[in-house]
Amino acid sequence: MKANIYITYKEGILDPQGTTVNKALNSIGVKNINSLKIGKYIELELGNISHDEAKKICEEACTKLLANHNTEKFNYEILENE
Amino acid sequence: MKFAVVVFPGSNCDNDSFYVLKKILNVSVDFVWHKETNLSKYDVIVIPGGFSYGDHLRAGAIARFSPIMNEVVNSSKKGKPIIGICNGFQVLTETGLLTGSLMVNKTVKFISKNIRLKTCNNNSIFTRNINNSEPLEMPIAHKQGNFCADNKTIDFLEQNDLIAFKYYKENNFNGSMNDIAGIMNKTKNVLGMMPHPERASDSILGNISGIKIFESILGSN
Repeated sequence: MKANIYITYKEGILDPQGTTVNKALNSIGVKNINSLKIGKYIELELGNISHDEAKKICEEACTKLLANHNTEKFNYEILENE
Repeated sequence: MKFAVVVFPGSNCDNDSFYVLKKILNVSVDFVWHKETNLSKYDVIVIPGGFSYGDHLRAGAIARFSPIMNEVVNSSKKGKPIIGICNGFQVLTETGLLTGSLMVNKTVKFISKNIRLKTCNNNSIFTRNINNSEPLEMPIAHKQGNFCADNKTIDFLEQNDLIAFKYYKENNFNGSMNDIAGIMNKTKNVLGMMPHPERASDSILGNISGIKIFESILGSN
């Protein structure tokens, strides 16, 4: 079992890094991007556990540490082993 | 009055705070390692600047779970003065003892320079020795000092006199909302500030604005 976690800024939070990167893309000719936001991507290797247990771990990890609830939101996807 | 300077792996202004307290103000002070779990013999707690846990994930996010932090929270409930400077401020917001968050500077750069501060509330244990018409001058040195909170929180801070310090507009280099440089909790016994008073407390450095904050805590002149 694996999980991919995405931490991104909440709406309305300024992302100066994203703004700067968007300007840089524009200056090298990659245009028509209305908005670019930079977040965090975290991969978890979870071993042989159930989907529900994996979900619980993701919720707990994000709530307790991975996301700052003032400024960030999180979502995740759980991938079954092939 | 006995001071504790909490030391995390990656703290780097712990010695500066210790020096000011011990050598300049001649008060009793100990370093306290973050694995400790008892602060009962201390009257004032300093959470110093630096890069606790390498600023991994977010500044202050991991230090918040150090064993000492439970005791810092307990001490705050007892009304003990707690001052968090720079990374210490970040740790205190992550811990929830102070509101808001310190985001990456609007310039996305580490900023190190002397700035001028305005004292907004000189009626607290941290600021009572400061004449609020006099600007304070001290250094900032951070990449994540851009104070951010929702409008409700900002209004609450403004209306309840919980903003201790603001940058002069032209000195707000990090982009902090309402030019906020330092705030207190509701009971005004916890102060967090991004500027470094401990680096502006020895006359050999040419600037002693910062000593007034430590003298305020001590209740001395």
